[in-house]
Amino acid sequence: MSVKIALAGNPNCGKTTLFNALTGSNQFVGNWPGVTVEKKEGKLKGHKDVTIMDLPGIYSLSPYTLEEIVARNYLINERPDAIINIVDGTNIERNLYLSTQIMELGIPVVMAVNMMDLVEKAGDKIHTDKLSKLLGCEVVEISALKGTGIQKAAEKAISLAERKNEVTPVHEFDSKVEDAITAVGTMLGMDIPEAQKRFFAIKLLEKDDKIKEQMKLVPDVSNEIKALEDAFDDDTESIITNERYVYISSIIGKCVTKGRKGGMTVSDKIDRWVTNRWLALPIFAAVMFIVYYVSITTVGAFLTDWTNDVLFGEIIPPAVEKLLVAVNCADWLQGLILDGIVAGVGAVLGFVPQMLVLFIFLAFLEGCGYMARVAFIMDRIFRKFGLSGKSFIPMLIGSGCGVPGIMASRTIESDRDRKMTIMTTTFVPCGAKLPIIALIAGAFFNNAGWVAWSAYFVGVVAIICSGIILKKTKMFSGEPAPFVMELPAYHMPTVGNVLRSMWERGWSFIKKAGTIILLSTIVLWFLMSFGWVDGKFGMLEAEQLNDSILASIGNVIAPIFAPLGWTKAGEGWKMAVAAITGLIAKENVVATFGMLFGFAEVAEDGSEIWGNLAQVMTPIAAYGFLVFNLLCAPCFAAMGAIKREMNNAKWFWFAIGYQCGLAYVVSLCIYQFGILFTGGGFGLWTVVAVVLLIAFLYMLFRPYKESKSLKVA
Amino acid sequence: MKTLKEIAVGQTVTVKRLHGEGPVKRRIMDMGITKGVSVFVRKVAPLGDPVEVTVRGYELSLRKADAEMIEVE
Repeated sequence: MSVKIALAGNPNCGKTTLFNALTGSNQFVGNWPGVTVEKKEGKLKGHKDVTIMDLPGIYSLSPYTLEEIVARNYLINERPDAIINIVDGTNIERNLYLSTQIMELGIPVVMAVNMMDLVEKAGDKIHTDKLSKLLGCEVVEISALKGTGIQKAAEKAISLAERKNEVTPVHEFDSKVEDAITAVGTMLGMDIPEAQKRFFAIKLLEKDDKIKEQMKLVPDVSNEIKALEDAFDDDTESIITNERYVYISSIIGKCVTKGRKGGMTVSDKIDRWVTNRWLALPIFAAVMFIVYYVSITTVGAFLTDWTNDVLFGEIIPPAVEKLLVAVNCADWLQGLILDGIVAGVGAVLGFVPQMLVLFIFLAFLEGCGYMARVAFIMDRIFRKFGLSGKSFIPMLIGSGCGVPGIMASRTIESDRDRKMTIMTTTFVPCGAKLPIIALIAGAFFNNAGWVAWSAYFVGVVAIICSGIILKKTKMFSGEPAPFVMELPAYHMPTVGNVLRSMWERGWSFIKKAGTIILLSTIVLWFLMSFGWVDGKFGMLEAEQLNDSILASIGNVIAPIFAPLGWTKAGEGWKMAVAAITGLIAKENVVATFGMLFGFAEVAEDGSEIWGNLAQVMTPIAAYGFLVFNLLCAPCFAAMGAIKREMNNAKWFWFAIGYQCGLAYVVSLCIYQFGILFTGGGFGLWTVVAVVLLIAFLYMLFRPYKESKSLKVA
Repeated sequence: MKTLKEIAVGQTVTVKRLHGEGPVKRRIMDMGITKGVSVFVRKVAPLGDPVEVTVRGYELSLRKADAEMIEVE
């Protein structure tokens, strides 16, 4: 017989550790359909027929966060055979709040009280036998970290699941509330089993619209609601929440004996420094520096350079080439395999080592509890432009490479903040954009330092303005960002958990992003390497890029970029082509210009072609070109990461469209106002630029009211 | 009416009533700030907001704008 057991509990209660201990390496990680919430499933060790479903960490079964909705929809609709409710013994009062809700679902529950060793160390005592009697469910003491008691908890859950008993909760609220629940219970339709009546009755009393949508028959309970609200002088949702905590307090009084009170815990001592009024920011800066320095500049860069230059430069391509020559492979197929597939795979894998190093840091910072402090310290600044305090990390990492930057957004809980961060992270100039900056600064501005500084400035301003504009749009409105966040006690994360988290994130990038990057690189390779020479279609040499299909496309789309000033001497298409090849990797822009001007190879800053470039663009247009490349859709690898993290086609295209649109508008304004103020004429496009600027300012400054209602797409 | 927002660091107060409605109120209550519970204001973040409080034996941070919804005595 196959058994399904769900694992439910608060965030930071050791649920992941328990899940890993129960399932070992036998896991499947994915996403819940259509949302960015992670879904984990695994087989219980030694029991092939027992599936463990790890639900997202939640505090309540309210309808207000994505995680809560995903979890409760699973519990109501899929109906697992049993639930293991993991409870943090050191924080039992608030943890039991979720338990009282889970027990109303009519599914057998085993309560696993975790961190019992820490409870005892603190001198406290939890009488689990009494707890079991008062709550009406099995209670097992465990330590997920040490692995004690977990087998017992799993076996209890299996035996409960096999008995298939319907269970009814035993806890009770105030008699007036109980009467209302009973009254509503009798009104419910026959489709709702006896054991679940309490859950649905309470949800109806709480005016939970999401539950109503799932019911065939929705009785009118407005009289009961009104009677309760009059009696308690509060709304029903609050009355019931209150009743739960009143009930929990009464249980705690009977089951928990506190040892020596007072005295500072280890966590308190750490926090005296880490969230200290004066030291918090310097410590934060130091931590960020270490993360950045190790994962981007030193170890990460070393590994990534090695993968890119040695593994996919000196080792694999020559070996593959030798093999292809040996088997007498056709030229075009060689090109496809070497320049298309191998280069494409290399582009994906090149980022992986750097990402893995970063993910180790992130997993550690999350696991130990520092990430919550980051949000606490930085919230004040970031929430002003619709981002989370945790958005700082993706953006900092993004200045090295946008791919791990986007992946780092996963530490942000709020769906809205996370999407906003994903959309704006790549505005920060990444390492691969530096050659473009060097090229433009060298060819047009005499290597002036302000070009590079202004590039970062433009990036930061783009993030701030985008945050403010986007949070006022319909797509982002409606979802509140209540910053009511737990600061969990510090824990040393286990090596296993850190490595597992690193691998899961890295692998999900390789898998999902890999496909889109590979495909796009192959398509672009085809467009670049084929074309018509003397009326004959065929494969081209590198210097013949001018005759490629891509060049033809460049010619067709060049008029689109004419208002941006990419027109001089009828060679505007070269800029368009360079910008398109920038999609493979931003450093390609320089190399492409080299090929277009007839150089087979150029230096990283393209110093050979400075002269040629200065002939085809004015300095103003060149600066606009630079800004366009900084803000437009990032490289394919980063787009793959965006697709992976958005987990939704509509949001992916919205993000890419927004980035390209913003890039176009900004560089249009730069060019048009640039020529206007340097004595150029006032034309149709100047008018367009003025209109766009006014529209932009309107979007930025229009009045806006923070919404308090939630819309979950 | 005194709200949690006005309470100085280091003081312990009792929650008298919660104002407002909807998700933010529910979230605050879900996290254990309900009528009659005692709340210790532990510290203010380096930039002046949010605040950190101890409630029901654990550490919780919330913004001053939200703390204003919590009437205390």
